[in-house]
Amino acid sequence: MNEFLDALSLGVRSMFAYQAVFFALLAMGLNLHFGYTGLLNFGQIAFAMVGGFGIAISVTQWGLPFFVGVLIGLVAAVVLALLLGLPTLRLRADYLAIVTIAAAEALRLLFRSVSSTPVTGGTQGISAFNTGFLDLSPWSPAGRYDILGTRWSGVELWTVTVGWTLVVLGSLLIFALMRSPWGRVLKAIREDEDAARALGKNVYSYKMQSLVLGGVFGALGGMVYALGTGSVQPDQYQNANTFLAYGALILGGAARVLGPVVGAMLLWFIIAFSDSGLSALIGNGVSFFGLFQLDDVFDATDVAFARFIIIGIGIMLLMIFRPQGIFGDRREVLLDAR
Amino acid sequence: MPADPQPTGAHAASSTPTATSTGTAPAGRAAPARLAQAALRDLPWEVGVAKPDPALVVDGVTRTFGGLTAVSVDHLEIQRGGITGLIGPNGAGKTTLFNLLTGFDQPNTGTWTFDGKSLGRLSPHQVARLGVVRTFQLTKALSRLTVLQNMLLGAQGQAGESFLKALVPGTWRSQERANTEKAMDLLQRFKLDAKKDEFAGVLSGGQRKLLEMARALMSDPKVVMLDEPMAGVNPALTQSLLGHVKDLREEGMTVVFVEHDMDVVRDISDWVVVMAAGKVIAEGPPESISQNKDVVDAYLGAHHDAPLTNEEEDRVLAEAEAAIAREEGVPGGSGRAETITSDGTEKR
Repeated sequence: MNEFLDALSLGVRSMFAYQAVFFALLAMGLNLHFGYTGLLNFGQIAFAMVGGFGIAISVTQWGLPFFVGVLIGLVAAVVLALLLGLPTLRLRADYLAIVTIAAAEALRLLFRSVSSTPVTGGTQGISAFNTGFLDLSPWSPAGRYDILGTRWSGVELWTVTVGWTLVVLGSLLIFALMRSPWGRVLKAIREDEDAARALGKNVYSYKMQSLVLGGVFGALGGMVYALGTGSVQPDQYQNANTFLAYGALILGGAARVLGPVVGAMLLWFIIAFSDSGLSALIGNGVSFFGLFQLDDVFDATDVAFARFIIIGIGIMLLMIFRPQGIFGDRREVLLDAR
Repeated sequence: MPADPQPTGAHAASSTPTATSTGTAPAGRAAPARLAQAALRDLPWEVGVAKPDPALVVDGVTRTFGGLTAVSVDHLEIQRGGITGLIGPNGAGKTTLFNLLTGFDQPNTGTWTFDGKSLGRLSPHQVARLGVVRTFQLTKALSRLTVLQNMLLGAQGQAGESFLKALVPGTWRSQERANTEKAMDLLQRFKLDAKKDEFAGVLSGGQRKLLEMARALMSDPKVVMLDEPMAGVNPALTQSLLGHVKDLREEGMTVVFVEHDMDVVRDISDWVVVMAAGKVIAEGPPESISQNKDVVDAYLGAHHDAPLTNEEEDRVLAEAEAAIAREEGVPGGSGRAETITSDGTEKR
């Protein structure tokens, strides 16, 4: 029972950890792209990577102040969005998907290649770039703080505070935008581009605006992640994260302001809870309804994979019984079937 | 007359004489509605004839898809303030011409102007902003937007549609309120006001056609291009749609529409343009079309307007019987016939 409570508290803790912030921001960007505009961006992680490396390279390699680094990271994300969007947004949705998934992988390989090691640090990546950020922290970076039975370091606490502030501000921004005529045009484009064109809307420009704004959210996510871990390595930014973020978005409900945020929290709860829960079950030699011992089939290394299986099953069940996600509108999803 | 509560009834009643009288121009019609018809009355019935006051002028427009010439129009003028019907058999290039005129497709050669402004190389949204709006053959209701949101999208020049102004509601609130009022007026006219908060996706096919037309009107267009507005609509709703199309003319808009139903075309058009195989083969007032030999050959066919005479019927029957007899006469023919599928491949 104690172990169950421990697993539960670890699960709740990771709902608020910087990883959850990272995925919330990634998924908020994807929500703009996919949920509201109907753009298939399969390389959201590339925006996170240019965001994280934007800070790291500016601070360590070019000796610039931290906030200039943030600015450079955001500008890099905007440039990346323009580069990806210019050739593809006039074409069908599939082309953006192809280009983004390829670009995310190509950029990661470029960043970890030997020839770019002098700038990006290669596979080792870059660390020690967050002093400018930690100087602003009201908590001592080395300190340990207990909050409601969970334990946080000063670095984590500060990152999480800043991260959730960003999530709240970003959600307010998306909420305001989606109530405005601007958001209405985005949704119209999602429903039917040609109809929007026939009504005098410059579809290309709106898609580009959406791609850039969603990319900026991705970059902010990457920055929070980089500051949380204290280092950036290209291999942290595997494209599997994009699809996990899509998982979070679908869990929470696409085209809802809070959908991606709640989805990301839930995703991390499931990951952390099943991780510690399964480990505890194996460690105690629990049997599966008396049929077999769990540790016969499972060992500690399998747990890391099993938690993603659990997430997969969770998403499948959700799609069957609640296809609109947690916050979605069932009527909207039913319309899709027509 | 936008506030006319019963446009449908009024027009349904007044249109009966036209529908029944063929061959002669109805002289005693209400004056303002038929200005264009009066202006067009004395024109010769020939392809490419110049109109007194053209809104759209098409010159030498061709569009080819590979080896197929989908559209090849030498000269065509569309009279302002009139209803021009565009007819032709399937594959005649009517929709392609629509796409070219509204910027959804670019031609291989040619120029076309609206009010003297060239529309060449303009993208669809730029054409729409000039006041040329269209509807689609396959209705494009924006399913997961409400009916009212659909309508509001049609309004032009909205400040709130720019990213930065969208963040300051003060800059677009009053405009939005005015647009909403206008949208509700239009919805009332199209009898959709009770559905304003429903998703457009739950509307019936006919209601979607109405919504699409109403949405197009939100932009105060000068030219309305309707691609098969009556397709798949029940007869009662057809009458209502016809009334709405006539209202557009009375408000001074130029209407171009594609339609297959000849009764509808005869009823409401001031001028009819017939296309076949990408070319304009005839134009003239509706009553001239059924007399035109080219049209009869290309589109209406002998069976459509003039019933077969007894001798012709006998001949067709005899030919068919002869053909059947020939097939059955082939050795082993009837046995093999069953193994041959409709696309001509043999089953084993």
